[in-house]
Amino acid sequence: MSGSGSRETVLARVRRALADVPRDERPEQVKVARDYLRVHGERTPRERAQLLAEHLADYRAHVHHCSPAALPRTVAGLLALRGSRSVVTPPGVPDAWVPEGMRHVRDSAALSPRELDAIGSVVTGCAVAVAETGTLVLDASEDQGRRRVTLVPDHHICVVRVPEQVVDSVPQALERLDPARPQTWISGPSATSDIELNRVEGVHGPRTLDVVLVTDDAAETESTEDSEGAEDSEGAAGNGAPPRG
Amino acid sequence: MSVTYLGMPPFPQAAEVSVRDERLRRNLRHATHTIRDKRAGAVAELVDWAALRAAGAQIKDRTLRHLDHYLEQLEGAVTAAGGTVHWAADAREANEIVTRLVRETGEREVVKVKSMATQEIGLNEALERAGIAAYETDLAELIVQLGDDHPSHILVPAIHRNRGEIREIFRERMGRWGRPAPDGLTDAPAELAEAARLHLREKFLTAKVGISGANFMVAESGTLVVVESEGNGRMCLTLPETLISVVGIEKVVPTWQDLEVFLQLLPRSSTAERMNPYTSTWTGTTEEDGPRTFHLVLLDNGRSDTLADRVGRQTLRCIRCSACLNVCPVYERAGGHAYGSPYPGPIGAILTPQLDSMDTGLDTSLPYASSLCGACFEVCPVAIDIPEVLVHLRERVVQGGTATVRGQRTTVKPAKGHAAERAAMRAATWAFDHPRALRAGERLASRARRLVPRRLPGPGRAWTDTRDVPAVPPESFRDWWRRTRGPQGGPGSGGRGARPGDSDSDSDRNSGSGDSSANGNDKGDGDGPAGMVR
Repeated sequence: MSGSGSRETVLARVRRALADVPRDERPEQVKVARDYLRVHGERTPRERAQLLAEHLADYRAHVHHCSPAALPRTVAGLLALRGSRSVVTPPGVPDAWVPEGMRHVRDSAALSPRELDAIGSVVTGCAVAVAETGTLVLDASEDQGRRRVTLVPDHHICVVRVPEQVVDSVPQALERLDPARPQTWISGPSATSDIELNRVEGVHGPRTLDVVLVTDDAAETESTEDSEGAEDSEGAAGNGAPPRG
Repeated sequence: MSVTYLGMPPFPQAAEVSVRDERLRRNLRHATHTIRDKRAGAVAELVDWAALRAAGAQIKDRTLRHLDHYLEQLEGAVTAAGGTVHWAADAREANEIVTRLVRETGEREVVKVKSMATQEIGLNEALERAGIAAYETDLAELIVQLGDDHPSHILVPAIHRNRGEIREIFRERMGRWGRPAPDGLTDAPAELAEAARLHLREKFLTAKVGISGANFMVAESGTLVVVESEGNGRMCLTLPETLISVVGIEKVVPTWQDLEVFLQLLPRSSTAERMNPYTSTWTGTTEEDGPRTFHLVLLDNGRSDTLADRVGRQTLRCIRCSACLNVCPVYERAGGHAYGSPYPGPIGAILTPQLDSMDTGLDTSLPYASSLCGACFEVCPVAIDIPEVLVHLRERVVQGGTATVRGQRTTVKPAKGHAAERAAMRAATWAFDHPRALRAGERLASRARRLVPRRLPGPGRAWTDTRDVPAVPPESFRDWWRRTRGPQGGPGSGGRGARPGDSDSDSDRNSGSGDSSANGNDKGDGDGPAGMVR
């Protein structure tokens, strides 16, 4: 049935199918011209962060800017705005990011999906952010945690260190990432257009995605709200909006 | 076992019904035009699109020409990373493997990520026969499954359903499978999506086995990639204890770096986004993160046969983006169901018959489900020359020849019902080689033109089932040419811009150049049209 029998069958069929390929041809000899661009345009670090913010907002993520010192206050503000009373964080997220008085759960293997489902928000860092596509990549490092923590709670706050974690393009992002680590690439909150192509935000993943861009030169004061539609209450968002996959 | 659904009629019969469905056509028109316009915008953002497209095609060609090498490399890498690799020569074997693996877990329920490969092999039905319930978790697939229906588009499988129908399906059927739809459910898309979220969350939180496909498999690292929008994929890939991925052998790419091409081509071509909301990558198993057990089932099911056909081979480059569906005038009017398999549209018209070795009447009709306009080739992000493959497959239908069927070189006979067409083509070839006979025939046809019926009688009837008999002109082109240019006139002799209506005033321009008159001889005449017959 299965096992080595079919393995040999399939491989033998493939080899017979390729009878026209010269025996001494090596894979690298089949030409692949990589003359596409590594980046689409030259940008200063500031322009790169600006583009990231624009593209994140395009896909209905809420973008905020703050300095390292103002980060805890910014996070506290977002949790309060959301009305979350509990928050889960991976082990590498500093205690200081989570405000006093909040039920703070550290993720561990013992935490079941159902327990995660009862938690309001998750706060993580990220591995790299891609400006051209508005993408955050999490690679399960200490400050990003297991893939499920950023999936089951309905509200995700993702902290990006600017400029060092921001790259221009997909090729640059892949260069920085290790395929051996499980990854989640996130471009805006989850969405569907399956019903008459009407875009609806949030089917299964977090319905609200807050991205905090932390820069040394950002004002030490309050976070700024970049995105339109930040006032959308979740669940009702996206009605009548243009469709997207 | 055929890739096409059981009992599906040939394409023209199915399409005859669907083109009369006005609601379906309205939905399809709206969907295909919306996505195609947005796609054009997303593609235009990248000035190097042509170079990316060429690289995508070349990477896939490199992989396909050395597929055995990359499959073995992939197997080694997945195994080293803690996964188990299984090989399935056909659908039946793949279903047996998956059924056995699920049984070994002791579970009776599985959650599924939308996957073309598992639709192709009829996995849900096979699991059901084994007493295992498979829950589709993509919103559209859920609508299709609850409605006891077939998908009609690769990207938006329930595009043939409107919101009112979806509400009815949810209200009537959700309760049978789990959490029922909320009371007072309206047909607002956001409410319908919320109902699906609540219904499926119960499944995700308790599921012990997940089943997926994959968009890409990286040979060098053993990494699998799933590209999605809703997050149901992430749920299935990370919450269950056991993950089983069923993936076609052509989905392998050599290196991690190669993803830089496909992660740019796929989202923009498919959903017209810079990037899709969620992409998951995993390599074997990871301690305390995601499933503890990972099985990869590598599926052949006609792919190696397709690989053996040097023209058809390019079909295996396909990354299932569905851009070709959205530009196809035939798909827009006939809809996805007429193609009779999980693969609709132009790609389905070449993929299904090849995977199936032209097994059914539907398979032999699919290469004709096209006007050969070429729009599909133009948008294809991996440059599959779909018209070329369509014509090639038509040849195989009409003339037969050698093909590989389940790994064996086989001489295939022409498909049934094409004898008359073959005889007509042979007669045409002979006539084009014998100009005198052709001329006599043309004159006879012109004189009798009022007698030509709209449908041909006898053996020609099948041909006119799907075509109108062309109008016969009062004068053949060759007679007009002779009359207006004289017997020595030929192409390039000065009348290039002439149209039949201008013939009188143009005739005297001929005299100026007689240098290429050799083209006017009978041999030269015969070459052109005979070439066009193909």
